[in-house]
Amino acid sequence: MVEQASTAKPVVIVDNAKVTYRVYASGKAVQEGESNSRVKRTGNLRTVEAIKGVSLIAHEGDVIGVIGTNGSGKTSLMKAISGLTPLDGGKIFATSRPSFLGVGAAMLKELSGEKNIILGGLAMGFSRAEIKEKLDQIIEFSGLKDFIELPMRTYSSGMTERLKFSIAASREHDILIIDEALAVGDSKFRKRSEARMKELAKNAGCVFLVSHSLKSILDTCNRAIWLDEGVLRAEGTAYEVCKAYADEVGADLDD
Amino acid sequence: MESHCPRQELGERLSKLSDLAAESGLERVGKRPKLSRYLRDVWIRRAFALTLSQYRLLATSARSRLGVAWLIIVPALQITLYGLIFGLVLGDSRPGNFLPYLVVGVVLFQFLAGSFSDGARSISSNSALAKSLSFPRVLLPMSAMVSQWMKFSGLMLLALIALPILGEMPRWSWLMIVPVIGLASLFALGIGMMAARLTVHFNDLSSLIPFITRIAFYASGVFFSMDRLTDAISWLGFLVWANPVSVYLSLARDVMITGHPVDAWMWWVGAGWGVFTLVFGFFFFWSAEERYGRAG
Repeated sequence: MVEQASTAKPVVIVDNAKVTYRVYASGKAVQEGESNSRVKRTGNLRTVEAIKGVSLIAHEGDVIGVIGTNGSGKTSLMKAISGLTPLDGGKIFATSRPSFLGVGAAMLKELSGEKNIILGGLAMGFSRAEIKEKLDQIIEFSGLKDFIELPMRTYSSGMTERLKFSIAASREHDILIIDEALAVGDSKFRKRSEARMKELAKNAGCVFLVSHSLKSILDTCNRAIWLDEGVLRAEGTAYEVCKAYADEVGADLDD
Repeated sequence: MESHCPRQELGERLSKLSDLAAESGLERVGKRPKLSRYLRDVWIRRAFALTLSQYRLLATSARSRLGVAWLIIVPALQITLYGLIFGLVLGDSRPGNFLPYLVVGVVLFQFLAGSFSDGARSISSNSALAKSLSFPRVLLPMSAMVSQWMKFSGLMLLALIALPILGEMPRWSWLMIVPVIGLASLFALGIGMMAARLTVHFNDLSSLIPFITRIAFYASGVFFSMDRLTDAISWLGFLVWANPVSVYLSLARDVMITGHPVDAWMWWVGAGWGVFTLVFGFFFFWSAEERYGRAG
């Protein structure tokens, strides 16, 4: 990391970030005394330490893979980096506000794909004329030409993710965070979006890619971080980290 | 130990991270932008607020057969119902020129109550949008306000049809409804923004909103004259000017129907309430800007 620091400019700096969720939930623990270290109980209040102090630096041109088991804090960290989830400790710095693209971040389901493209584009700061101009290009990229007039509630989850990625990728982002959004796309679309991602990363930006597919991380990323129970377990080149992770959980690097 | 970093030397190296960030000119993520930049961002994305409200209205009406016509049918039914019930119940204590009085009251009250409840919902009902895209959050209550204007155009059409039928002939003073709506909108946007922030802090508030709206309905002289209330209970006299809803209703009646003139100073009261609520509401909303991502 230090070697890189001397050559490339840092674009994202995460300084001991902490995210804690407070959730009201009633009910008893399965067994008294047996408690998960990350969930603390005070009456009906459960405090979940999603991120327990993570620090990292991302440099210009980095495509960083983020791996870890379910619930390890990947999405929480990404949302914190994008500023969508407030921190409970520490600080996160970036050259500009990162854009988050994630699963479940649906748009307006009742509206057609086309209207969602327009709305998403306007929210990203395009003018009406600009988005009109880009509309065909975005539809083309998504490969959803035949369905673009249907309301998005009729889309499959894969189609929804494709559309969302196409909207977000239509703009140059300085910092783009992609949270498992491509896991549901078919292989043809995945190829297209991986190419686009590399392009976006090359244009001065930095990309974070959360994925359970070690193969797609190895294909796309130059670096990777491994989150485990809200803690940074490892970081380094994509191959090192994926290898270590694969050895620990018994996964396959081609997966 | 504060840091949970796996390797001690890494933790030490990273302890100077904040300094490095300052050195490289990075900004803290999620930090509320300066007011001037915030307002500029809002201005750049004004088309977003307009389009969002337009599409939302389209989406809600696409599901029912009569579509946008419901925006006129429901208040028409309400006026008929209130006219029958309150007309009978109130008997001789009805305000003069009762039906036109009621029409203007219901139409304007719908507008203000709608701004309040839609404003309160504006963050939570758009949480998917707010969680996936970063834009100045105040655009959401603003877009709720635009929807209210669209709905209000339907209500106004209803009033313009109903009033001549009820014996109020069109006249030039009707044009003065535009500044009345202008002032009422300042107030409506202000309470919309306040309600939006409050429902993010206390989600339970959304259950209270119909109740608050009901209280406002009874305390603002929608179907009775405020004079009767203040004559009966004299210490309530302050409500005539201290209740902005009733102020806007009186101003609207002053310009729209005969028999209910108001003093000219009421215009100043209306303007004062509007500007105060808008400015206060905006700063109240804006000061919690960093928190809205977690809503919903």
